[in-house]
Amino acid sequence: MSAAKAQLEKLPRPMQALLLAGAVGLAAFPLIPMDSRDFYLQMLTQMMILAIFAMSLDLLQGVTGLVSLGHAAYFGLAGYALAFMTPADTPIALWWSLPLAAACSGLAALVIGFFVVRTHGIYFIMVTMAFAQMVFFLFFDNKALGGSDGIYVNFRPDATALGIDLDNKAHFFYFTLAVLIGVYAFLRRLLFSPFGRVLAGIRVNEHRLRAVGYGSFGYKLAAFTLAGTLAGVAGFLWAAQTGFVNPELMGFHMSAHAIMMVILGGMGNFAGAIVGAFAFEYVMHVFKDLPTIGDFQTGKHWQLWMGLFIVAVVIVAPRGLTGLGEKLLNRKGARK
Amino acid sequence: MSDVRPNEVALLAAHKLTKRFGGLAAVNDVSVHLYRDRLHAVIGPNGAGKSTLTNLLSGDLPPTSGTVTIGGVETAGHSPESISRLGLGRSYQKTNIFLPFTVWENVRLAAQSRERHAPWNPLHWLQSAATQTAVNQRTERAIELAGLTHRAQAVAATISHGEQRQLEIAMTLATEPTVLLLDEPLAGMGQAEAERMVELLLKLKKDHAMMLVEHDMDAVFALADQLTVMVNGQVIASGTPADVRADPQVQAAYLGDEH
Repeated sequence: MSAAKAQLEKLPRPMQALLLAGAVGLAAFPLIPMDSRDFYLQMLTQMMILAIFAMSLDLLQGVTGLVSLGHAAYFGLAGYALAFMTPADTPIALWWSLPLAAACSGLAALVIGFFVVRTHGIYFIMVTMAFAQMVFFLFFDNKALGGSDGIYVNFRPDATALGIDLDNKAHFFYFTLAVLIGVYAFLRRLLFSPFGRVLAGIRVNEHRLRAVGYGSFGYKLAAFTLAGTLAGVAGFLWAAQTGFVNPELMGFHMSAHAIMMVILGGMGNFAGAIVGAFAFEYVMHVFKDLPTIGDFQTGKHWQLWMGLFIVAVVIVAPRGLTGLGEKLLNRKGARK
Repeated sequence: MSDVRPNEVALLAAHKLTKRFGGLAAVNDVSVHLYRDRLHAVIGPNGAGKSTLTNLLSGDLPPTSGTVTIGGVETAGHSPESISRLGLGRSYQKTNIFLPFTVWENVRLAAQSRERHAPWNPLHWLQSAATQTAVNQRTERAIELAGLTHRAQAVAATISHGEQRQLEIAMTLATEPTVLLLDEPLAGMGQAEAERMVELLLKLKKDHAMMLVEHDMDAVFALADQLTVMVNGQVIASGTPADVRADPQVQAAYLGDEH
């Protein structure tokens, strides 16, 4: 019982070094001369955005123990907020549109969270999914909200005040990297704050936590709202980058992918969410590019391979890639 | 039922508590008064309703009828967490701790519950939990009182059963309660561990109003100032240990087996 709930929170030094190396590598990437650099920049930017999204879910799933199957709703809402706020003829400023769009997601999470955080376990999963589906169909079925086709974001937000040109792919890349690092640092700090410790206590033993005097509702609602807001930050960046939003962004698949990313990387330490998002996207691209054998288009059935891959990882590394890394480090340390 | 001390105020007063589960009255018309520096033991065979009584007092279960007041505040409609904040601390019959956390973190989390609760304050998100001085002091004191200082950095799942029982008490103490409800703190303990626990409870008695649910008769008679015997949800005798021991009904129903 305890082993299953024990999670990797404090990252071993070699893992921290590896993360730092990853960040440095990302920062250096645009400087490397190569063909189709823009394509890779765009792909890495998307991975970083999804990493922010996965981290926001990890706050609920890995830290608080609340598995939300509707987290994409808050991702998509901020994207739509950007699309609706942007007029047809001129860009809007980043400095107010990003916080405002994230706040829209946060507000939705606050309202929905008010109802859903009262439930536990499987009921929480079902209710979060139900609300997300409601949001999905609200947009899917309403022509005024873009309908099933979605809508265009007419201009990328204007960040010249910050000396950044978001139309420049390298600029967008660096801006996203900065947000990723900022959100990671913030969540790591939060994990070891009094608030974060209570959230971890809720995951491990909510009943006991209440018995020593915590009203868990307020903590869970605050976590849900914060997670929704951060998902909104990611959704805003996604919409700004792709210039396009559609209901798929808020859909079931998007929510499920985020859960898989967090599980793949390892829950409860945010680094795992980043690793998971990159690994998931990378593996997905590999599977999508699989060759056609005879009449059988193996690449078209990437979801099948992805499913098998996730199952294999869960069996081999139940605590995800970061958990596996820790295990290997311990084994190596024990041998010395 | 309980003796009333007119010159003292009961820190916890339960009046005619009844809890029905369908047709079964698990607790039937039970009144309890707890005073500082008095240990009130509740004994009775399995299924007598002792744990249910504890759950009614702590707010884990709502009573079907009857009232509980803690420090003069009636607890009807209060959640377990707000009853805890009224000054009630309880331990559980089945060990109920944060198994993956260290002993220190278990107790620290309990101690932190007496700080201001501000889940919506962003400053609260960025503060370091490890540097809350008052919380750390309370944690240290509670761990020391419970005799776990040498195990503070051990993961709770890895310590012995007896130590886990001590940890239960330490967590309860870290909330600085005025009323302590202890549900079989000696259950499953070895002789030496049990003796240490009895010593600890004697020490705690001075500053707390305590109710002890316990099967260990040696401990009960060593500690109790007041004894209530429950059978089938009802109180069949209540008074000083000497009075209760002499009660023929009690001898027949309960002590008879052992004496």
